[in-house]
Amino acid sequence: MSLTGLFLITFLIVHCYINAQIFYNDGGARFTEAAHFMGTNFLIRTVEIGLMGFLLLHVIQGLALWSKNRSRRTNRYAVNAGSATSPWYSRSMALLGTLILLFLIMHLSKFWAPNRFSQITGNGEKDLYHMMKEEFQTAWVVGVYIFGCISLGWHLVHGFYSAFQTLGLGTSRYKGLIKTTGIAFSIIVPLIFIAMPVAFFMNWLA
Amino acid sequence: MQHYNMNLTLKVWKQKNGKTKGGFETYPVRNVSSEMSFLEMFDVLNEQLVSEGKEPIAFDHDCREGICGMCSMVINGRAHGPWSQNTTCQLHMRAYEDGDTITVEPWRADAFPVIKDLVVDRTGFDRIIQAGGFISVNTGNAQDANALPIDKQKADESFAAASCIGCGACVAACPNASAMLFVSAKVSHLALLPQGEPERMTRAFNMVNQMDTEGFGSCTNIGACEAECPKGISLENIARLNREYIGSMLSGSKVEGMA
Repeated sequence: MSLTGLFLITFLIVHCYINAQIFYNDGGARFTEAAHFMGTNFLIRTVEIGLMGFLLLHVIQGLALWSKNRSRRTNRYAVNAGSATSPWYSRSMALLGTLILLFLIMHLSKFWAPNRFSQITGNGEKDLYHMMKEEFQTAWVVGVYIFGCISLGWHLVHGFYSAFQTLGLGTSRYKGLIKTTGIAFSIIVPLIFIAMPVAFFMNWLA
Repeated sequence: MQHYNMNLTLKVWKQKNGKTKGGFETYPVRNVSSEMSFLEMFDVLNEQLVSEGKEPIAFDHDCREGICGMCSMVINGRAHGPWSQNTTCQLHMRAYEDGDTITVEPWRADAFPVIKDLVVDRTGFDRIIQAGGFISVNTGNAQDANALPIDKQKADESFAAASCIGCGACVAACPNASAMLFVSAKVSHLALLPQGEPERMTRAFNMVNQMDTEGFGSCTNIGACEAECPKGISLENIARLNREYIGSMLSGSKVEGMA
């Protein structure tokens, strides 16, 4: 969980950086250039296969862990401590992860899949900038994106710290740094992602 | 602190043995003094039940001064009750008010099967200790006290980990019923000291292996164990256990059944 999670966190940074190019407000010129590089570079495309593999592994490991851990307490408590002993998001990683997965299925079928399909069938890359512009005119799509990114944020608040703790780095010296960085990351990255559909919806971008 | 008496309603888990299905029984308890401990309140209730010709409630207890780790009750969903860094026997009735309803359950984990009522079988912990929670010491005369120099900070950390009383509240509190905090405390207390060096490369691996065999869950770093631990064992010990475990794996020396 930890290693695949850290890989996916690294991916988020790259994805966020590339897509934030739209905020140059240059009609998508810089974004299209970056997307073209990411979509055609041999090395990136190879890592993409690894990314899909790690994503799948993360989902399978997570669900297996969730179901195994659930089975360790057949007779459950009548009264639960709830938030008195632990934050809700740390206990809801499987739920948050499932929400993110459902969001990802929608997200990938909107942009990634049609673009790759077009490339494979020899029709070249799609104009992702204008696809975004068009998709994010619909209010419910923007709503689902905001919800998906909020789920991602809560998932990261626990996931970021937890990944380092599993690797044995949650010592008194690093714990504060890891937690603070994790919380900052979990707020900033999803917020930048949320800003994208919102910016298109509000017609802030040309 | 003002002394007061209270009338309470207790909902207690009753279960004949590990094979039968249990359920809650409701008992009224009258005139409970705010200065009683939680277990004294149970003594009063049990005497009342005996005098009425009913069967008393079975519960674990021994020292009643917070150091043995025998008492084990989940009180209103909290292992060892609402006070932090506290055992059930050291919980006092001043934590409650007249008219309160208190739900008392046993530690719930498949690795801790119920023996009777609130008593659970915690021998899984003993088998984890047997798998690696020991050191090899030569017999003979005691060594000179300061023959082995030990870093003050390490000695303190080791001592803090050694304060684990093995009560199992970490397992009871963990949503995954994981025993990681217990195992991490036992591994830390030995791994930090030179006396623990000889078995160091196999200890974490063997103890974690035994933990899995016993049917405890896996750690997902939720932290409820740390919040409920009566001895304040820190999650830093779990980080250390993870490092020791990775070290065990990398060393390649997998010695099974050293005990």
